[in-house]
Amino acid sequence: MSAAHEHGAGHDHGNGYGHGHDHGGEAHGTMRDYVWGFALSVILTAIPFWLVMAGPIADKSVTALIITAFAAIQIVVHMIFFLHMNARAEGGWNMLALIFTIVIVVIVLTGSLWVMYHLNANMMPQSHQMDSLP
Amino acid sequence: MLFGRLSLESLPLHEPIIVATFAAVVLGGAALVGALTWFRLWGYLWREWFTSVDHKKIGIMYMVLGLVMFLRGFADAVMMRIQQAIAFNGSEGYLNSHHYDQVFTAHGVIMIFFVAMPFVTGLMNYVVPLQIGARDVSFPFLNNFSFWMTTAGAVLVMASLFVGEFAQTGWLAYPPLSGIAYSPGVGVDYYIWALQIAGVGTTLSGINLIATIVKMRAPGMTMMRMPVFTWTSLCTNVLIVASFPVLTAVLALLSLDRYVGTNFFTNDFGGSPMMYVNLIWIWGHPEVYILILPIFGVFSEVTATFCGKRLFGYSSMVYATVVITILSYLVWLHHFFTMGSGASVNSFFGITTMVISIPTGAKLFNWLFTMYRARIRFDLPMMWTVAFMLTFVIGGMTGVLLAVPPADFVLHNSLFLIAHFHNVIIGGVVFGVFAAINYWWPKAFGFRLDPFWGKISFWCWVVGFWLAFTPLYVMGLMGVTRRLRVFDDPSLQIWFVIAAIGAGLIACGIAAMLIQYAVSIIRRDQLRDESGDPWNGRTLEWATSSPPPAYNFAFTPVVHDLDAWDEMKRAGAPRPAGNFRPIHMPKNTGAGIILAGISTVCGFALIWHIWWLAGVSLAALLITAIAHTFNYARDFHIPAETVAETEAERARQLAALKGAAA
Repeated sequence: MSAAHEHGAGHDHGNGYGHGHDHGGEAHGTMRDYVWGFALSVILTAIPFWLVMAGPIADKSVTALIITAFAAIQIVVHMIFFLHMNARAEGGWNMLALIFTIVIVVIVLTGSLWVMYHLNANMMPQSHQMDSLP
Repeated sequence: MLFGRLSLESLPLHEPIIVATFAAVVLGGAALVGALTWFRLWGYLWREWFTSVDHKKIGIMYMVLGLVMFLRGFADAVMMRIQQAIAFNGSEGYLNSHHYDQVFTAHGVIMIFFVAMPFVTGLMNYVVPLQIGARDVSFPFLNNFSFWMTTAGAVLVMASLFVGEFAQTGWLAYPPLSGIAYSPGVGVDYYIWALQIAGVGTTLSGINLIATIVKMRAPGMTMMRMPVFTWTSLCTNVLIVASFPVLTAVLALLSLDRYVGTNFFTNDFGGSPMMYVNLIWIWGHPEVYILILPIFGVFSEVTATFCGKRLFGYSSMVYATVVITILSYLVWLHHFFTMGSGASVNSFFGITTMVISIPTGAKLFNWLFTMYRARIRFDLPMMWTVAFMLTFVIGGMTGVLLAVPPADFVLHNSLFLIAHFHNVIIGGVVFGVFAAINYWWPKAFGFRLDPFWGKISFWCWVVGFWLAFTPLYVMGLMGVTRRLRVFDDPSLQIWFVIAAIGAGLIACGIAAMLIQYAVSIIRRDQLRDESGDPWNGRTLEWATSSPPPAYNFAFTPVVHDLDAWDEMKRAGAPRPAGNFRPIHMPKNTGAGIILAGISTVCGFALIWHIWWLAGVSLAALLITAIAHTFNYARDFHIPAETVAETEAERARQLAALKGAAA
C-alpha cells in the first residue's frame, strides 16, 4: 500500500500539477470486461422490467423488494466492470473509500428510518388515537 | 417584473440602526476603495492575491475572510447582549422583534459558516501542503475557486443586511417556520442561497485536501508518519465530503418547498418538518467535528513543539481521531431528544454521545502526558492551549450532562445549551485558531506577533469568556430559554448585565488582538525571524524559509521519521546546494473569482425572483466554466536559475544567522 503512494507522491511532485491520466499503473478494463459488464447490466435490467410489465408476482411489495435487490447487484456490477474497482486499485484507497461510504450510507438510512418511524408513531396522532384521547 | 420582488421598499430605510450602519459601511468602503486606488494596489491585489492559485496565499485570504466576518458576527453578539441586558421592567430594549430575530440568526450562521469554517479551511490550506512536503494542493485552481465561492456566500449574507432582510428562523432554519407560509420574505432565501453557494466551495476544498493528503505526501511519509495536524485535516475533509451533500440536499428540498410549492417539510399535504430536523442534524453533528478536529491537530502540534518533545501517544491520537470521525455520524439525534422519538431511540443516541467523549478524553490525556515533566515554554500558542484545556473540559462535561436524555428534557433550548456550545466552540475552535495564528504567523510573514498585546488579548478573552457565559449556565439551570428578546422577571437582569460586561471584555480582547497585528506589522523589523524556525519546530513547514518560496521546497524532502524536521535537525541533514532544476508550477487564473462573482449575481437573482437575471447568470456561469476548460496556458516553469538564486539567498541568510550566533 505505502509503496504505491510513494510512487504516486513522487510523480506528482515531479510536475507539481498532477496531470490526471496516471492511474497508479492500473490498467483500464479489457473488451472482455466491458462485454461482461454490459451483458450482466442488460440481464439485471431486463428481469425487473419483466417483473413489472408481466406481473408474475401478485404481491407488489415483494416485487419492489426483488427490484431493489437487483438494483443493488447492478451497482456492484457497475463498480467492478465499469469503474474497475477492486481491493488493489489506487493502493487500496478506493476500497477504503467504498467501505466508508457504505458505512455512512447505512448509518444514515437505517438511522433515519428508525428515528422517523418512532417520531411518526409517537408524534403524529392518527385518527384512532385522536378518538381514544380522553 | 424587471426587478422581481426587489423595490425601494426592500431597503430597510425605516430602521435607524441599519441606516447608520449602512452609512458607516459606505464611508468605510469608500475610504478603502479610495485608498486602494490612490496607492495603485488594485493591480497588485488582482495579480498577486485574487487570482493566485498558491495555497499559502489562498490560506491567508481565508483567514482574512474569517477575521472580517468575525467582526460582523461579534457585532451581532454585542447587540444581543445589550438588548437582553436592558429589556427588563417593561422596557422593549432597542431592537424590535423583526430585527432581533435576524440578529440571532445571522450571528449563528455567520459564526459557523463564515468565521469558523474559513478559519479552519484557511489553516489547513496553509499548513497541510507544507507539512507533507508538497508544492501545492492537488488542484490549485479548484482551491482558488473554492475560496471565492465561500466569499460569494459571505457577500450574500452581508448584502442581506442592507437589501431586504435576513432569515428570522434561528441558524438552522427549521420548517415550518422557514417554509413559505411563515417566512414569506426574502430572509430564508438569502440563507438558502448563501449556504448553497458557500457549500460548493467547502465541498470542493474538502475533495482537494483529501486528494492532496492521500497523493502528495513526501516520499517516506507513510500514513503513520503524518503530522497530527495533517491527520486531523484528513479526517475533517472526509467528514466534509461525506456530510455537506446532506446539507445541500436538505436545503434543496426546502427551496423546492419555497419556490415550486412542494410539500416535503410543510405541516399539511403529508409533509414532515421533523424530517428536515433529522436530515439537517445528520449534516450538523459531523459539522461540529469538522470544526474541532483540525483544532485538536493544532493543539497537538503546539503542545509537542513547546514541550520540546514528541507528542505522547501519537498512534492513540490518530486512532482517537478516526474513531471520532466515525462516531460523529452516530449521535445526531441528541440535538432533538425532545422531539419525541421515545425511550429506545433516545437511549441509543444518549449512549453514543457519551461514548464519543472517550476518544476526546484520550486526546486530552495525551496532551497532558506530553506536558508532564517537559520544559514547557509558555509562549502565546502554548498559553492558548492551556486555556483551551481548562475551558474545553468544562464544555465537554456540560455536553455529557446534556447527553443524558432526561436531563436534556429540562435543559433543551435553554441558555444552558447556549453556554455549553459556546464553551466548546469558543474554548475549542476560537482559542485554537488564535493559538494557530500566533504559532504560524511567523511562518506566513517572516516575523513574530507582538507578545505584549497578545497577552492582553489572551487575558481579556479568557476572563471575558467566563464572565459572559457562566451567567448563561446559571440562568439555563433556572430555566431561561434561548432567543428571548424581553424579560418579565427583574431578578434575572443582573445575570444579563454580568454577561454583557463579559462581552465587553471580549471586545477588549478583540481590540487588543487587532492592535497586536498592527503593532507587529509596524515593528516587524524588531520581530523578524530569519531562521524560518522560530519555535524550534518539529514538522516540515519549519524547514522552509519564512515566508516560504512560491515553490515551498526546492527538492521534495525525504522523510525518515515522525516529526520529520526534528529528525533532520538532529541528523544534521544538509540543505541542497546545487543541481536545481526548473520547477513546474500552476499559473494564476481569474476564472475562480469570475465564476464566483457570477454565482453571487445568480444567487441574488434567485433570492429576489428576478428570473431573467437568474437565467442569464446561470447561462453565463456554464459558459464561463466551459470556456475555462479550453484554457491550456495553465502552467509554467520557475527557471532553475531563479530557484538557485532564491536558495543561495536563503543559504546566505542562514549562514549570517549562524555567524551571529557564534
